[in-house]
Amino acid sequence: MKINVSPILRVTAIAENTFTDLVRQKVFYFLLLFALIMIGNSAFLAKFSFQEEFQMLKDVALGAMSIFLSLISILATAMMLPRDLEDRTIFTILSKPVPRHEYLLGKLFGVLYLLVLSTLIMGALFLGVLLLRERSALVETRQALAGSPQELITALNSIKASAFSCDLIPAMAIILVKATLLSSLTLLISTFATSGIFAILVASSAYFIGHLQVTAREYWLGGISVHWWTRLFMALVALLFPDLQAFNLSDDIVAGTAIPMGLFWQTVALGGCYTAVYYSVACLVFQNREL
Amino acid sequence: MIRVRNSNLSHLGALLLIVISGLFLIPWQIRLQKDSNSAGFRNTNIDLDLREQIGQSGFLAALSGFRAPLAAILWIEAHSAWERTEWGRMAGLFNTVTTLQPHNLLYWDNAAWHMAWNASAAALQDEKQKSEALRERTAREYVSLGRDFLERGIRNNPDQYLLYERLGTLLRDKEQDHAGAADAFSKAASFPDSPTYLRRFAAYETARSPGREREAYTRLLQLFKEGEKQRVPTLMKELRVLEEKLMIPQQERILVHENHDTLSITPSSPRSSGTP
Repeated sequence: MKINVSPILRVTAIAENTFTDLVRQKVFYFLLLFALIMIGNSAFLAKFSFQEEFQMLKDVALGAMSIFLSLISILATAMMLPRDLEDRTIFTILSKPVPRHEYLLGKLFGVLYLLVLSTLIMGALFLGVLLLRERSALVETRQALAGSPQELITALNSIKASAFSCDLIPAMAIILVKATLLSSLTLLISTFATSGIFAILVASSAYFIGHLQVTAREYWLGGISVHWWTRLFMALVALLFPDLQAFNLSDDIVAGTAIPMGLFWQTVALGGCYTAVYYSVACLVFQNREL
Repeated sequence: MIRVRNSNLSHLGALLLIVISGLFLIPWQIRLQKDSNSAGFRNTNIDLDLREQIGQSGFLAALSGFRAPLAAILWIEAHSAWERTEWGRMAGLFNTVTTLQPHNLLYWDNAAWHMAWNASAAALQDEKQKSEALRERTAREYVSLGRDFLERGIRNNPDQYLLYERLGTLLRDKEQDHAGAADAFSKAASFPDSPTYLRRFAAYETARSPGREREAYTRLLQLFKEGEKQRVPTLMKELRVLEEKLMIPQQERILVHENHDTLSITPSSPRSSGTP
């Protein structure tokens, strides 16, 4: 008897299994633990700065989130296909009426669940630390300036302005979008990679090249006088790799630059487009891969 | 054989798909970069000078989008250098941090303050240096370094009042350049979000600049006419001094009456008061 299962259910089932597999791995716990220690310690580290305690706290915490989410996305995605091949679970799945693109989509969503969960945990800890530090700074200031009410109001307002800002939420969201893009790129690499280590190395290289893509683009289109082969090479780099600098907005947000909503959504949309393109290309490559 | 051909074709197709998508995405990226720049994002230049300052691994970290955490770590290192009073090392670290985060005003502000105030004061009290002339020269160099931080900070953040204000304070207190301080305070006061005291500071420094007394008097008078909020004791004192210096006719002077503990001020000018 043939049972019709909708593609959404199939993708969801694969995504849930992938997520369960990933959270059972020790590497995930180690990375998350290091990230949480780093974020938790950011308040302590900030005490060693001169006066910009909150800014240091935010810089270190958002930096830790960015580093560890990028690491989790590359490591988790790069190991998925090779491990499924090694364990032969891929044959069990693909021998059922599951198209290869659905299998890849399920895998990608599984990593996405993990990234969202990690972002929520790290974000909650970061905001918790920031809130606690803000409260303690407010108490200290109230005690120190109890005698001069005018100065107290100015100082309290200054602390409140430098601690939590609504722009921190878009900053964390953009870090998540960048990690999702990296997952999709790593998934593409793992569809033709011969091993997990190879996929990790290539994805890490792509990560660094992605941050230089803007320079390559300027060499290609900016009218800088170079040899034609250099221009061709730069054009290839600009076309093949994503502009990862576009997602590094948190530095300026922490420095006090307010992010316009239009810019935020444009950045999210660019990340979404790249993710879709790399996923589509991964499907094309994986479709004809001999397993 | 057919499988191999299919595989090669799909790889070629994949490459083409990425290139074509890239052609569509690049104009978007360029527009996004312009929008980011105009909103104050992504304006930092990561160049070879920075590479020399922070070393290979630091440069790699900066390229990977970790400028802010790297700057934060170096700032903490500068704090340790401060505790050991290693002023030269602090200057180097401040230079790197401000290059990594040029749009962060606090880094510029603190770097300048440490150099112009703390390092210069420490140089003046340096017991290892017996020559007073050399101590003073070192102190002047640190003040000049502090000024340089503020000027570079202003070049990177021309639309913020804070560093102009700090430059004004430095020129006033450390270099006794009152004309320069007046210009810096005036520039700071021209920003809509600047505090009101900056206009008074600009006027005071103008009053101390030789040859600009008339301009200072006009400024102070204008501030006086704005009401009680601006009529602080220093402003009143400066006005009286300038009235004397510029030999303002008695009927145009500001009259100050002292009634017990309170100070009441009546402008005596017939035009401003409307009375004969």
